[in-house]
Amino acid sequence: MKKRLNTYHAALAPYSFWALLFILVPLVFIAYYAFTDDSFAFTTEHFTRFFTATSNILEDDGTSREVRTYLLIFWRSVKLAVISTAICLVLGYPIAYIIARAPEKTQKTMITLIMIPMWMNFLIRTYAWMTILQDTGIFNNILSALGLGQLHIIGTETAVIIGMVYDYFPYMVLPIYSIMAKMDLRLLEAARDLGCGSLSVLRRVIWPLSIPGVVSGITMVLIPSISTFYISQKLGNGKFFLIGDAIEGQYMANNLHFAAAIAFILMVILLVAMAIVKYVTNRYVYGGERE
Amino acid sequence: MKKIIELKNISKAFDGEMVLDNISLDIYDNEFITLLGPSGCGKTTTLRMIGGFTQPDTGDVIFMGDRINDVPPHKRNVNTVFQRYALFPHLNVFENIAFPLREKKVPKKEINEKVNEMLRLVMLTGFADRRVTSLSGGQQQRVAIARALVSHPQVLLLDEPLGALDLKLRKDMQQELKKIQKSTGITFVFVTHDQEEALSMSDTIVVMSEGKIQQIGTPTDIYNEPENAFVADFIGESNILDGVMLEDYKVRFAGQVFSCLDTGFEKNEPVDVVVRPEDVDIVPVEKGMLSGVVTSVTFLGVHNEIIVDINGFKWMIQTTDSVNENEKIGLFLEPDAIHIMKKSKYSGMFGDYSSFSDEMEEISNPDPEGGTEE
Amino acid sequence: MKISSKIYSAIILIFLFAPIVVMLFFSFNDAKSLSVFSGFSLRWYEELMGDRNTLESVKNTLILAASATVISTVMGTAAAMGINKIRSRWYKAAMNTVTDIPMTNPDIITGISLMLMFVFVGRLMGSATSLNFWTMLVAHVTFCLPYVILQVLPKFQQMDKSLPEAAMDLGCTPLKAFFKVELPEILPGIITGAIMAFTLSLDDFVISYFTAGNDFETLPIRIYGMTKKTVTPKMYALATIIFFVTMTLLLISNFVDNEDQRRLRELKKKKHLPSK
Repeated sequence: MKKRLNTYHAALAPYSFWALLFILVPLVFIAYYAFTDDSFAFTTEHFTRFFTATSNILEDDGTSREVRTYLLIFWRSVKLAVISTAICLVLGYPIAYIIARAPEKTQKTMITLIMIPMWMNFLIRTYAWMTILQDTGIFNNILSALGLGQLHIIGTETAVIIGMVYDYFPYMVLPIYSIMAKMDLRLLEAARDLGCGSLSVLRRVIWPLSIPGVVSGITMVLIPSISTFYISQKLGNGKFFLIGDAIEGQYMANNLHFAAAIAFILMVILLVAMAIVKYVTNRYVYGGERE
Repeated sequence: MKKIIELKNISKAFDGEMVLDNISLDIYDNEFITLLGPSGCGKTTTLRMIGGFTQPDTGDVIFMGDRINDVPPHKRNVNTVFQRYALFPHLNVFENIAFPLREKKVPKKEINEKVNEMLRLVMLTGFADRRVTSLSGGQQQRVAIARALVSHPQVLLLDEPLGALDLKLRKDMQQELKKIQKSTGITFVFVTHDQEEALSMSDTIVVMSEGKIQQIGTPTDIYNEPENAFVADFIGESNILDGVMLEDYKVRFAGQVFSCLDTGFEKNEPVDVVVRPEDVDIVPVEKGMLSGVVTSVTFLGVHNEIIVDINGFKWMIQTTDSVNENEKIGLFLEPDAIHIMKKSKYSGMFGDYSSFSDEMEEISNPDPEGGTEE
Repeated sequence: MKISSKIYSAIILIFLFAPIVVMLFFSFNDAKSLSVFSGFSLRWYEELMGDRNTLESVKNTLILAASATVISTVMGTAAAMGINKIRSRWYKAAMNTVTDIPMTNPDIITGISLMLMFVFVGRLMGSATSLNFWTMLVAHVTFCLPYVILQVLPKFQQMDKSLPEAAMDLGCTPLKAFFKVELPEILPGIITGAIMAFTLSLDDFVISYFTAGNDFETLPIRIYGMTKKTVTPKMYALATIIFFVTMTLLLISNFVDNEDQRRLRELKKKKHLPSK
């Protein structure tokens, strides 16, 4: 038996080594770069810069206003990501529910259909939206053909949100669907037996039981949308710099230390947020570790 | 007694397969009625129809005089204890039981009282705050019963509720269910495939097979006067033989003529004859009405179960006498040991214990098809 | 399904497929416009076929994805076996936590962190261009590994523990027992894991963007470069081809899956046939 156990340790060894070297150590490098200057001497100047750098932005009425550049960017990223995630949840929950209650064959087809856009390269998907939403694009052509006038969408926050919702929508639907499909149908029957109408079954049984799926859907949409940089460049016409754009911009400008500092801040905030989510679900929500 | 539920000429098919074939059944107030039959006999479908989870293709479900075919489950004053309980895993014991009360917006204070009363009834006082996932099978069972009873339904449906419990717990729960039924006065409709359970708990037993009701009666009726070979075989052990009813009180089977207590058959009508294993007396060969060779003896504690070969037909006999294998013995049958049934489609399918040894052979020599699968 | 459910599903699907349909449609446009259709032509497909750089990047992408898949599948499967069996709780918990990191961290963090390390090590070794095919391969293996483990580990956990023991009891060496008994049981997990790794690697842009050198351009990186300028329908032609290739693969795997389940159902039916 001892020998057998050694085999297992040997099997795990390459991955342990790999994970240490290429998952953990690189994270240390983010911190290392974030707290050093170009000659690798300790400094906190990048963080000072992040919190205090200012720039002027032009308001709609033409006046200019001084803002904290990076804090504004950060706030905007959070805002757009939260809005997109909320829209994904509101649109995705009903579709997940509809699919989970459909006949088995339909379920499979629908899930495949929902996933197909994910098989399309995300750059191309996003670019296609850009051409659709342009002022001279198909969407506006249809609107004017219907005599509804034109909508200026591209280059607005709305366009960025549409892009985020589109790109990450399946990440919301899949976990919710999979938990709903596994749900014990007899629980729903029991609820009806005990006097619940359809809406009441949804509110009192299906929703609380699906919360673990909702939580993982929210994290799976929130994280990529808070850190994206391509969507905002294309659909926001580069006007809505997000935290991801800031990191990418500093990388392109070869300011690796400042890029690392922004990444470090993003990582820490996400870690804290995730820890809170995990604590709350474990503590107060069905499906947590306390089960 | 007042009729609570009437099922009238109900048929139901799933995917073209007949599950219920024109069944009619009356359920009375304050009775403990059991639907008994092997799996696939339609008993659970019948129960789900009363609960409102399945609609009949033809026929009517009548509740207190009203047709309720299209009334959804939540509007029926009928509650179900589900197989494997279906307790809500996200709620604790208290909230599970309070579930139907909260739906009806019962005031908080009343909910507290009612739930506590239920907890006392099922002997789970002190468990209110426990998570249902942390309970044992028997405790979960009690919560399910409390939850179904808390809103005082007129009828409680129980779908094989004891199936998942071990034998000892099962016996205790049988007693307790019976007690709860008596003390609440609620009609219980109980589904099971376990004939012993049905016999020990029920006021009325409905024996079902292949979507049809085979017999309705009290446990004693069903045991002593089975309608056909299926019922005779399914309830208890029986030796079922081909016979001919010569005239009233006279029947011929196993090459002999016996006197019996049955009347009302045509002259020389072919019939099925049932002899329960415990009704056969063992006597010396010369005093026996029949004689045969003992082929196996199984010691079961209270009695011995022996198989006797009489002209090729194997009888099962339960006796407290001690006999040995290969011993030749005589059998004696009192007139009341013999029960005559009309021929049915089940004739000749049951009641010969030669299959006892066949089964053993099957186990030691698995069929070749079985081996290649999976 | 209720009518309202059908309508809602249709709206969602229109939203999801709008850009794909637009793309398919305009890849056959005669003119360069991506919003006005002026006539059917295959000219963009012809131009694509003549574009050496793009074809090269497709080849690169496939090479990278295949290598990353092989390495991550082998290493991930071995790791899953180890994680399932090791007794040290501490070690197990540590491995599970570490495996979670690349999946929960945003891609941009994973990409930046690897890039910083590669650049730093490169500097130490005195080379100016520290990013190349190998750094990209390491990055791809790193983000593929957790997905392989996630697919394979549950299969190990579900497997009857006495199976390999029975095999060894009957005279197999542990290694033989693994190949003869355990491997067939966990194979579905390995295949799903490998497919996931392959598609993730094919599709990855963000991590590749930070870890790629100049000598090795993958398709997503090339597309990114192309979309920086005005895009011609050539890219749509490319996307259409990719779309149909993946759709075909998807349909085949679905078909295989269905056949598998149909056979399973029939087998079950036969088994439950009453013996009376």
